[in-house]
Amino acid sequence: MHLILFLLFAGFCLAGAINLLLQTHPINSALSLIVVMTSLAVLYLLLGAEFLAAAQIIVYAGAVMVLFTFVVMLLNAGREERTLGSRAASRVGFPAVVALLAMLATVVLRSSGLGAAHLGAGLATPASAVDSSNLTLLSTVLFHELLLPFEVTSVLILIAILGAVALARAGHGEGAPTK
Amino acid sequence: MTESLHLWLIPILPFAGFLLNGVLGARLPKWLVSAIGLLAPLGSFVLVVNAASAALITAPKTCAECGSAAASVAMPYAETWSRPWINLGTLHVDFSFVIDQLSLVMLLVVTGVGFLIHIYSVGYMGDEEGYARFFSYLNLFLFFMTVLVLAGNVLLMFVGWEGVGLASYLLIGFYFSKTSAANAGKKAFIVNRIGDFGFLIGIFLLLASFGTLDFAQIAARFSASPFHIVIQNGAPSLSHGPALPSTAVITVICLCLLIGAAGKSAQLPLYVWLPDAMEGPTPVSALIHAATMVTAGVYLIARTHALFDHAPVALAIVAFVGAATALFAATIAVAQNDIKRVLAYSTISQLGYMFLACGVAAYAAGIFHLVTHAFFKALLFLAAGSIIHAMGGEQDMRKMGGLRNRLPVTFATMTIAVFTISGFPPLAAFYSKDAILYAAFVHGPAGKLLWFVGLVTALLTAFYMFRLWYMTFLGEPRSKPEHHHSTPLSMLVPMVILAALSVCGGWIGIERFSAFLAPSISAPRARAASTDVQLELVLTLLAVTVALLGWFLAHRLYSSKPERAAQLAAGYPAGYKLVANKFYIDEIYDAIFVKPLMAFSKYILGWVVDTAILGGIAWLLAGIASFTGAILQRWQSGNLRSYAAWLAAGAAAILIFVLLWGSPHGWSLTLLHPQTVYKVTHITTLHLGQAGH
Amino acid sequence: MTFLQHDVPFSWYLLLSAILFSLGVVGFLIKRNLITVFMSIELMLNAVNLSFVTFAREWDMVKGQIFVFFVMMVAAAEAAVGLAIIIAVFRARATLSVDRIDLMKL
Repeated sequence: MHLILFLLFAGFCLAGAINLLLQTHPINSALSLIVVMTSLAVLYLLLGAEFLAAAQIIVYAGAVMVLFTFVVMLLNAGREERTLGSRAASRVGFPAVVALLAMLATVVLRSSGLGAAHLGAGLATPASAVDSSNLTLLSTVLFHELLLPFEVTSVLILIAILGAVALARAGHGEGAPTK
Repeated sequence: MTESLHLWLIPILPFAGFLLNGVLGARLPKWLVSAIGLLAPLGSFVLVVNAASAALITAPKTCAECGSAAASVAMPYAETWSRPWINLGTLHVDFSFVIDQLSLVMLLVVTGVGFLIHIYSVGYMGDEEGYARFFSYLNLFLFFMTVLVLAGNVLLMFVGWEGVGLASYLLIGFYFSKTSAANAGKKAFIVNRIGDFGFLIGIFLLLASFGTLDFAQIAARFSASPFHIVIQNGAPSLSHGPALPSTAVITVICLCLLIGAAGKSAQLPLYVWLPDAMEGPTPVSALIHAATMVTAGVYLIARTHALFDHAPVALAIVAFVGAATALFAATIAVAQNDIKRVLAYSTISQLGYMFLACGVAAYAAGIFHLVTHAFFKALLFLAAGSIIHAMGGEQDMRKMGGLRNRLPVTFATMTIAVFTISGFPPLAAFYSKDAILYAAFVHGPAGKLLWFVGLVTALLTAFYMFRLWYMTFLGEPRSKPEHHHSTPLSMLVPMVILAALSVCGGWIGIERFSAFLAPSISAPRARAASTDVQLELVLTLLAVTVALLGWFLAHRLYSSKPERAAQLAAGYPAGYKLVANKFYIDEIYDAIFVKPLMAFSKYILGWVVDTAILGGIAWLLAGIASFTGAILQRWQSGNLRSYAAWLAAGAAAILIFVLLWGSPHGWSLTLLHPQTVYKVTHITTLHLGQAGH
Repeated sequence: MTFLQHDVPFSWYLLLSAILFSLGVVGFLIKRNLITVFMSIELMLNAVNLSFVTFAREWDMVKGQIFVFFVMMVAAAEAAVGLAIIIAVFRARATLSVDRIDLMKL
């Protein structure tokens, strides 16, 4: 089961990613990206990260991609035009990417310390845990040890909201605040 | 029993005067500037007199060890600073000041006459701008001159040598806004430099062959016997002393020193700067270019007489150079019309006499003439200054005349000086010049020729000096100056003192003088036990006759029938023109040396080296920089994608580096822990993500 | 069937993550629309999230998953601000083409 599910959803991921690259209209790319994110959520489930799978759907696919779609609609971005482009991007970038991928692949495939994932098993829980669900485990660590980063993250999101509002407000642009 | 003479104060006082007047002088009131400027040489003079009295006057108390009356200070008396100047391997040079009979005489002349001329300058330069600057330069000169005289080794003397050259340049070009004065200063310094170059080569050779630059040690090398007894382990044995350098080497050293002396003392062929140096104010001409600086060459030769005595060829060359210069300069002086030019050529001629004296190993006679010359030549220049001052700046003798009534004191003193320089007894130069001529005559076959040249020069000297006398003082005034400047007392008093010295300065006689100097200058080798009195009498009479002949000729041409001079000149126009234009030596030098040098400078150094090579290198470097910049500038395209591409390439490169050649902990492809790759990848992601913004 | 119950080696997950990452970089390089470029950045972030989760599972470290949580939060904030910037840029330059927005040129 594991293998089939993995192959299926990995395939969806790859297909979506490649489609993102091949499409010219940004809305199509956005929709492909949604596909990628959803498949990734399933893969998280396969790996035993239930909370993250849910968070992936809710945050990424449900909020971030919606935001992207809104912006595409707002700016009425049309099909991409063919511009001259950058020679450096193709001549320097592609070999770099190829090299990067090759290295990563080599390292990953040749390293001997990795095992295999067993479907259904979750993370090992300490004996003192109340119940052994993934969510409990996560939240125990999150709200005990990493409480400060958690709170800081909320501040960060607040700042991001303020920043986004300030930047995207009408009248902002050429440096003259209207009111 | 030796008291300290504080020799170091002798140069330091004028140096302090230089600093004070130089730095603060412009802001001080004039009386204070004069006071500082006068106190410094006065202090030096007092110290020198003190040293002289300590050395000469024997103390009444006897010393137990020596058992006889002894002077409180023994000469040579040396003061050395405890810290050495140069201590480099085998080279050891100290700051040492030495007083012996020779330097004592020189110092008395330098500080005494110097002080008198400082007094004169108070009056002469009283209305000039830059009064404080003048006195500071004068004091600077005195500082360097005293260092030169007091120096115990050649290198310290060279410091003083160069320093007086510098002071001379500053003072000649004192009226620096006048182009001719500035050029004269440059010319003096450059020609002196040529001499200094020879001097330096001499110093190097001296060091290489003797291993020391100290005068006393060099002299000791000559007097040390080749064998001496050495006590070794209680038993005496013969030991071979250090061998002297060969005569050829010593000759070369002496010739190099001669070049230096010729430059400083204006002998052939390096005399050309002295007539031009008359552009400076008259006290400068009196002090530097008559009495003290130009005699430094003679002093050098006298100081290093030990070397010259062992190089007869060099000595002969010295004598010939001196004689030739004396005659040559005298012939030029005959046709000059500027009063100071006449005196300048006269100085060159008299310096030739001194060189002649040294060249026939009569060093004492040379120094004697140096002393008397200082008196009468300084007096001549000061009187000329008084005349120029009274004439409102006019220096052309053709416009002077009949000044004897207007300037009585000047007339009286200058008359004494004119008679002195012509060699009339019983005035000072008679004794010294006679001593030189006698010594030349008895020096051997060539000596007779030298004596004859000296005699002819004496004739010419008398002629042109009396010509000057007639044209300036006697006859009818040829021009009336607009203002009537009366000569201040500060100018008259030094002149009177110098006149008195010119009268009685020679009365000590050459016998006693050379006996006095003998410990520092070895007695002339060829001097007979007693001089041939008859020969001396004959030669003396000849010299006086010649002087009278010169006076008579001058009287005939310039006094009784003045137009005869012009007729004579018109009779030999080419000859007259040649002499009046100083034999065109300046023009010849200009054509042979100056113009090619300037052409070389302009074309080869200026165009080829400066513009092409150096400019080319600079242009190349700038070109490389701007070229590289132009290339690198294209990288900053503002294009997001190319930036991202380069980022990715960089990340890939780092990864490759880390994977393959990374840490010494033995990472390799097979053993690599994925955690590292994972970390690097995540860092790369963050960077790329930031780049997207 | 043994084949179907076969466990999936972690290295396959990691390989998938690497491929997704590379595709994201490629997208960053070749896409001309600013929004699409931004989307490929999101793709890269997701790839990295996958690798984090894989490793968390492999070594039983829940901190890996927590890190993913944080990455998601930061990515969301980043998306908000980034899109706001894109809007501002669009207002200023009236274009979304990456090659036209070269204000950083010397």
